[in-house]
Amino acid sequence: MRFERRENASAALTILAPVGAILAALVIAGVLIAIAGANVLEAYGLILQGAFGSRLGVTETLTRATPLILTGLAAAVAFRAKLWNIGGEGQFYMGALAVTAFGLVPGLAGAPAPVVILACLVVGALAGATLLLVPAALKLRFGVDEVVTTLLLNFVTVLFVSLMIEGALRDPLAFGWPQSVPVPDAAVLPQLIERSRLHAGLLIALGLAVAVWWVQSRTVFGMQARATGLNARAAAFAGVPLGRTLALVACLSGGLAGLAGAIEVMGVKGYVTTDLSPNYGYSGIVIAMLANLNPIGVIGAALFSAVMFVGADSMSRALGIPSYIADVTVALSLLTMLVALFLTQYRVRR
Amino acid sequence: MTRVLELDGITKRFGATLANDDISLHLERGEIVALLGENGAGKTTLMSILFGHYTADAGTVRVHGQTLPPGKSRAAIKAGVGMVHQHFALAGNLTVLENVMTGTEPLWRLRSDRAAARDRLAKLADRFGLPVDPDARIADLSVGECQRVEILKALYNEASVLILDEPTAVLTTQQAEQLFATLRDMAAKGLSIIFISHKLNEVMAASDRVVVLRGGRIVAERATRDTSKEELAELMVGHKVERPKRPPARPGAVLLEADDLHLSGRGGAPLNGVSFRLRAGETLGIIGVSGNGQTTLAGLVSGLYPPDQGALRIKGASLPRHDVPHAIAAGIGRIPEDRHAEGVLGDMETWENVILERLWSPDYARHGIIRRGAARAATERLLKDYDVRGARVNSRVRLLSGGNMQKLILGRVLEAGPSILIAAQPSRGLDEGAIAGVHRRLIEARDRGAGVLLISEDLDEVIALSDRIRAIAGGRLSPAIPAARANAQLLGLMMAGDWDAARKIEQEAEAADAL
Repeated sequence: MRFERRENASAALTILAPVGAILAALVIAGVLIAIAGANVLEAYGLILQGAFGSRLGVTETLTRATPLILTGLAAAVAFRAKLWNIGGEGQFYMGALAVTAFGLVPGLAGAPAPVVILACLVVGALAGATLLLVPAALKLRFGVDEVVTTLLLNFVTVLFVSLMIEGALRDPLAFGWPQSVPVPDAAVLPQLIERSRLHAGLLIALGLAVAVWWVQSRTVFGMQARATGLNARAAAFAGVPLGRTLALVACLSGGLAGLAGAIEVMGVKGYVTTDLSPNYGYSGIVIAMLANLNPIGVIGAALFSAVMFVGADSMSRALGIPSYIADVTVALSLLTMLVALFLTQYRVRR
Repeated sequence: MTRVLELDGITKRFGATLANDDISLHLERGEIVALLGENGAGKTTLMSILFGHYTADAGTVRVHGQTLPPGKSRAAIKAGVGMVHQHFALAGNLTVLENVMTGTEPLWRLRSDRAAARDRLAKLADRFGLPVDPDARIADLSVGECQRVEILKALYNEASVLILDEPTAVLTTQQAEQLFATLRDMAAKGLSIIFISHKLNEVMAASDRVVVLRGGRIVAERATRDTSKEELAELMVGHKVERPKRPPARPGAVLLEADDLHLSGRGGAPLNGVSFRLRAGETLGIIGVSGNGQTTLAGLVSGLYPPDQGALRIKGASLPRHDVPHAIAAGIGRIPEDRHAEGVLGDMETWENVILERLWSPDYARHGIIRRGAARAATERLLKDYDVRGARVNSRVRLLSGGNMQKLILGRVLEAGPSILIAAQPSRGLDEGAIAGVHRRLIEARDRGAGVLLISEDLDEVIALSDRIRAIAGGRLSPAIPAARANAQLLGLMMAGDWDAARKIEQEAEAADAL
């Protein structure tokens, strides 16, 4: 068996790749479900029903998809320019923590809600961007591998959050639970649907996905960022300022991840704990890959992950299968997607 | 004579294209056969089948009378076929000895017998006149030395048939001559050699027999002594090709003036005080053996990096900022040395490649937003005017042939009407037809009044295109001689850093101008 490079990867193949990858991941996960002793089709049926079968299910799925879209965009933007930002998780927490700290600014309570919300979103994005700018600067100045620095910063950040919510930002009314002060009422994102957790953050996330797509395909910065990722030497020859481009990409990527944290805390939780994120930052990487780094594709990939997570919860209650099957399926889909991407570029020969 | 290799009726199809069409070929003991053909004629495919990288759709390969199983490189190696790839298959972080030994010992043997291997390598190197240091790291070697290691690796595997894929593509003229002397010596000792080439000079100089491939078929086979460069060129291309003639220059005002430029090497050799003047309507050729600073010089003049010391003046003024956009805006057009690595982004679309280096211009972007309509229209025009075949406005450029990629780059550069043109190795790796096209464009640009700075390692090209010639050696430029006085011997001396004769000629030429 050998691999030959495809002369021309067809458009249909590029679209079919993620679909095929997800199907393959579901088949493999099906084997695990069968081993756990349940009927595979019934289990998948229950997952779909859990995610879409009720008003609660749909709104929960969309609520869950909101931060995933943003962290997925964060990873997609960075990876396009070959800035390997593995630090989405840390930037997410930094954005969330910054919003609660910002809420303590005196006089904020009296300001009109739209102004407060906008200011909080900006603060969250800035916090995330700043956290990524440090490794980006180290990469540009000293050639430090950003995979290592961004990854390790995640642990540093989570510990820092822990320090703050047990110290300076601790909520005195939380009966000793380690959680931060709540965001001010004016900063809470409006609900989209009555009696659900679905909030306006979804609209922000969807709008940003379109905006990122537009920036990447239509603007000078977007083209330069893509050129930097595809071939830095040729980009430099064409006069692309590599350092400035990568710094801007870092701001955009870190900002999106920070925004995800800010929106989660302003829309769902209201305060920061160390379990605010069930690995949203890391899931963002999977989602970006699954979307083939396409910003619009990120929406679909985030929805897939959200369906699996929300659906698996209710499926596990009904069948007694651990809901970890959702993590396994999403993780498997990353692996199958990598294989699928390979197969869109190469064909297998005997 | 004994027949060591026979290819019989080899046919290979890639999709719709027939890469090899019923090719039969044989090789005698001690013979050097040149496989001549343009890019895409099927030479490399044929050799890949012989070596087991590809499996043929039909046909057989016999070595020493035994049929090789298709698609098994290991069997080919065992039968005594050695391949020297165009892009070396060596591990840069290992030593010469380790590279040569790789794959020759069973995996499960605990100890590797280095002493014996070192001994055997030394004997081979001595016998075939291929001196190498067995303990040098590959990454520290020059391309010429790497090639020697590749050949030794094949010989170490007891190759009796050696295949070299475009062996001179990465070598300078001198290194190439040395390589062919070695090959002839090896053939005299009983080795049989096939080398792939599209350069007529080396085919005439080094082979016993020439097999000409065109469009996947053998179109002719000649004993080298019974043929000529002209005949081979016509057979290879299918029609007569003539390189364009250069009318006399009418030099005008000084456009580009370099004054004592110093630059420590950025991924290349340093510049140690380079000064020259380039006038409107003339071509200044800079010849040199690679690694003497020409890459650094091209990068500096192209705006990639500013000089550490010295000044570069364009029409009398320094650039406000020494970067690529300012260089282009000042009227510098740039043809990069390495098309694939610097010239284009293979995975971007054609129109994006056309405008990427002009994104600062209001023609193609306003307020940071790309004017896609204008960009597409300009690309459409360019593809037609410069006859770029196989490209569409929205297709990726990765699949273009070298010649068409160069046409695209030339079009992008010339369309802007540059007053100074920096052409670094403009015809490297191109076939005869494409070279003639590139040369025609460069001469046109000069006649239109542009100053052309031609940086090249190809003697014929520099003599054919330049009005004045300087050599670059050790990061310095020799005196300039008029092209009419240039010959291979004089240029050889200049490239080696012996400038006495050149200085005398320069003074004579200046005296003549003064009259």
